[in-house]
Amino acid sequence: MDSSLITSILVATIIAGTPLIIVALGQLIAERSGVLNLGAEGMMAMGAVAGFAVTHHTGNPWFGVLAGMAAGMLMSFLFAVVVLTLMGNQVATGLALSIFGVGLSAFIGKPYESEILETVGSIRIPLLADIPVLGPALFDQQILVYFSWALFAGIVWFLFRSRPGLVLRAVGESPAAAHSIGYHVISIRYMATLFGGAMAGIGGSFLSVFYTPLWVEGMVSGRGWIAIALVVFATWRPFRVLVGAYLFGGVMVAQLFVQGSGLEINIPSQFLSSLPYLATIIVLVIISRDQNTVRLNAPVSLGLPYRPDA
Amino acid sequence: MLRLEPRAESSEVMSYLSPLLAVVLMLIGGLILFTVLGKNPLEGFRIFFINPVSDLYGVGELLLKATPLMLVAIGLAIGFRANVWNIGAEGQYIMGGVAASAVALYFYESEGFHILILMVVAGCIGGMLWASIPAYLKTRFNTNEILVSLMLVYVAQLAVSWLVHGPMMDPDGFNFPQSRMFEESALLPVLIEDTRLNIAFGFALAALIAGYIFMYRSFLGFQMQVAGNAANAARYAGFSAKRMIWIGLLSGGAMAGIAGMSEVAGPMEQLTEHVSNNYGFAAIIVAFVARLNPVGIFFASLLMALLYLGGEQAQQYMNLPSSISNVFQGMLLMFLLGSDVFINYRLKWGKANG
Repeated sequence: MDSSLITSILVATIIAGTPLIIVALGQLIAERSGVLNLGAEGMMAMGAVAGFAVTHHTGNPWFGVLAGMAAGMLMSFLFAVVVLTLMGNQVATGLALSIFGVGLSAFIGKPYESEILETVGSIRIPLLADIPVLGPALFDQQILVYFSWALFAGIVWFLFRSRPGLVLRAVGESPAAAHSIGYHVISIRYMATLFGGAMAGIGGSFLSVFYTPLWVEGMVSGRGWIAIALVVFATWRPFRVLVGAYLFGGVMVAQLFVQGSGLEINIPSQFLSSLPYLATIIVLVIISRDQNTVRLNAPVSLGLPYRPDA
Repeated sequence: MLRLEPRAESSEVMSYLSPLLAVVLMLIGGLILFTVLGKNPLEGFRIFFINPVSDLYGVGELLLKATPLMLVAIGLAIGFRANVWNIGAEGQYIMGGVAASAVALYFYESEGFHILILMVVAGCIGGMLWASIPAYLKTRFNTNEILVSLMLVYVAQLAVSWLVHGPMMDPDGFNFPQSRMFEESALLPVLIEDTRLNIAFGFALAALIAGYIFMYRSFLGFQMQVAGNAANAARYAGFSAKRMIWIGLLSGGAMAGIAGMSEVAGPMEQLTEHVSNNYGFAAIIVAFVARLNPVGIFFASLLMALLYLGGEQAQQYMNLPSSISNVFQGMLLMFLLGSDVFINYRLKWGKANG
């Protein structure tokens, strides 16, 4: 393999991993507060269609990303009302949100199916981008790639170095204790859920505005679910989300590896496309084999409703 | 101020009223949706909800669409009652359709009733095999069955795509990604003349009755109900959690597989990439709206089928995308989950006591 091929595989891997990082880190925050939102797929789909539509009409991809974020937040707000205020079942409501979001996005997106957006150029960081092989992969990238790194750094700081982050984790571990020392559990969970929705929306808009850039019904194709699996795989730790997302990104661009290997192997494209899903299953099996790792790291109140005794 | 007050006991009345409330809210939502889209809402309602069933053919189509929903939903409900979340019925449905198609193509140009029987068996086994993957991983490694069954939906979609582009492609089909058209001997007999309604509707009714007996008249059904309502109680009573996981997933897989068979051997008459039509996910909505109850599943399936047909009509006469069905279906489920709060809480005016 020559170095330009390695570079192009690296670039593709990082781009494919980026929406997973953004969405999974958003879910990580929500889950750290005790909220399990299985609606990521639906929120991403809404983010993707809103991002595409707004970019198409305004010509400005940044408005698209904002619209995607707003759409994701709106969806997660619906979820939050049902599970936090009305105390609905989180699993069922999350599923409903996914089904609803995917359906609604198909409906909204119909008129845009044959439209194409202008490709958004990458942002080149001088000098660093000239490093051989790694330079173009790391420092000549879409701006949302840089955003995903900033998000990672911000979340690590927030969770483990800031007081609000400590409160958030306390709410996830023991909502009753957090309530008894005066924190408003429900409001904190609302904010965490909305943050998760915002990130899912941005991740979705990345797909339709930067990655493809077009809108096709069902284009999120399981990335929301993979992001949820990634949070489990990462045992709720941001750094492992980052690593895992790039691993999955690499699996998603497996076609490139096969083409680049120069071997004349005849593998059906459908098999290569199914690799990310199979990888998700394998990773889940590995991580859940040892029950203690999951149990020790999962936020204790994850998925459980909380109602302060009035 | 308006606030929620916990009920001393969950309200049984509300658990039956909240689906109706959800339907009413969905209709109001639809009214708003049509208005926002600049359509006359009353006209929209007539086209969406009345048009599809205004003649015998339409009623046949309604029952035809409701058939796979009933089959899948009753299979899922058995698992859901024990908190076994099989979300991958869509994939099991596809694999059932694939297995049944394989039988049909193997017996291509031969006659006999055994072909159909083998197709049903193959569909059932195909769905069960696909569902046995999450069941095995859950019982052996405690792997989350929601994510595994769901990932397998995408794998099944890619598998069927590969099959109809390759091994199962019609050799005389000009490279279209679809199988041969099935012969008469591999098609389900039609029940009512001049409609497309076939005997799979009979399977669905039988499945609902069998499901009812299992849920309410069998010890195992009782065990699964206990496990769903009070996992600890079930554990202390020594009920085998693994057995429930297997039964919960396999029942869903078997029914989904038969539903897939009924689609390829029914209205489709061949295997294509679009064998699924989202029935596997719609059936989840059906199961919830029906409160996991077989009688409820019957009516909820009819309602969901009507939403599908309404979407087709809206596309034809109102120039709206047929995916408007999904919007109605999603609204229905979200409103249901929201109105469920009234089962355990009541609305009260005034300040909280104490």
